[in-house]
Amino acid sequence: MAGSDLVMYENEFVKIDEELQKLHQQANANVVFLVDKNGQLIASAGETHNIDTTSLASLTAGNIAATGGIARLLGEKEFTILFHEGEKDNIHISLIGQRVILVVIFDQRSSLGLVRLRVKKASEVLTKIFDEITSKSEKDKSEGKSVESPFAEISDEDIDNLFR
Amino acid sequence: MSFINYSSREINCKIVYYGPGLCGKTTNLQYIYKKTNPEQKGKLISLATETERTLFFDFLPLALGDIRGFKVRFHLYTVPGQVFYAASRKLILKGVDGVVFVADSQIERMEANIESFEDLKINLAEQGYALEKLPFAIQYNKRDLPNVAPLDEMNKILNGSSVQWFEAVAPAGVGVFETLKSVAKQVLLELKKHY
Repeated sequence: MAGSDLVMYENEFVKIDEELQKLHQQANANVVFLVDKNGQLIASAGETHNIDTTSLASLTAGNIAATGGIARLLGEKEFTILFHEGEKDNIHISLIGQRVILVVIFDQRSSLGLVRLRVKKASEVLTKIFDEITSKSEKDKSEGKSVESPFAEISDEDIDNLFR
Repeated sequence: MSFINYSSREINCKIVYYGPGLCGKTTNLQYIYKKTNPEQKGKLISLATETERTLFFDFLPLALGDIRGFKVRFHLYTVPGQVFYAASRKLILKGVDGVVFVADSQIERMEANIESFEDLKINLAEQGYALEKLPFAIQYNKRDLPNVAPLDEMNKILNGSSVQWFEAVAPAGVGVFETLKSVAKQVLLELKKHY
């Protein structure tokens, strides 16, 4: 399998969640999301109940992928920031460490400048956390251990049950 | 590339439906959407043109249930089948865990099937995947039409490595869930191998 699966444990998840909460507050944002490049939602903070987070995650990743495609056509490595301005809400999308996508949705209670500043700070912290996750899962893999793996015991019956 | 979250106890996997234009990839997703309980599915998102041709992708999140206390989620994507959307097709394959190739059974579409199948292999290779190593199933769609190619001929042309294949009539649901189940099962067994 190309690349490696993203495996997230409680420890790192708590750290990420804290950072998103902090960003949500400091940037005066409505919602903050973290999405992996394949479109899967990793974590979120803020008023998420009115938003279809799964769809948002997949579309954001599609957006970043399409923009990345354009960048390569132009000889750029990547466009790391996207900004969409709406009548009420605005969305700031940035790529972190080539791996995950940070999405900030905000309205007139905040400003693009503030969001950019806070996103930059949060990016540094999040990059470190994801570096830890990568090195941890590489270490686990090389040592051949996996903590309480739920998959080792998967049976055909388990899988069949999913489709009943 | 699956996403395994031990904190929220979730597994997310990505399955991509590939195939030539108008072979019925979107129809597969629409049927799955129609027949799944509301609590198991999210919105079906279609980024399509005004004439309902897929422009970028369709997306359907499915939460099928639990395995050993982990919520199992499949994210189903289709690619735009039309030849000139090649650049977009490549993007959708990023991070794929399993592939379904939907072939159009009509004799006159055989060349389009072959072209799309080659395109799939090339695009996967560019991402560092080999089709033989991925969970993969083939669906021979439109079996209800009068001018279909015989199955053994289609298998000879498209299924050299003898993967699981299914006959389908996607609008009526024939073979749709069987195909999904086959590839989903392979994806989960692949996870079992790795973890």
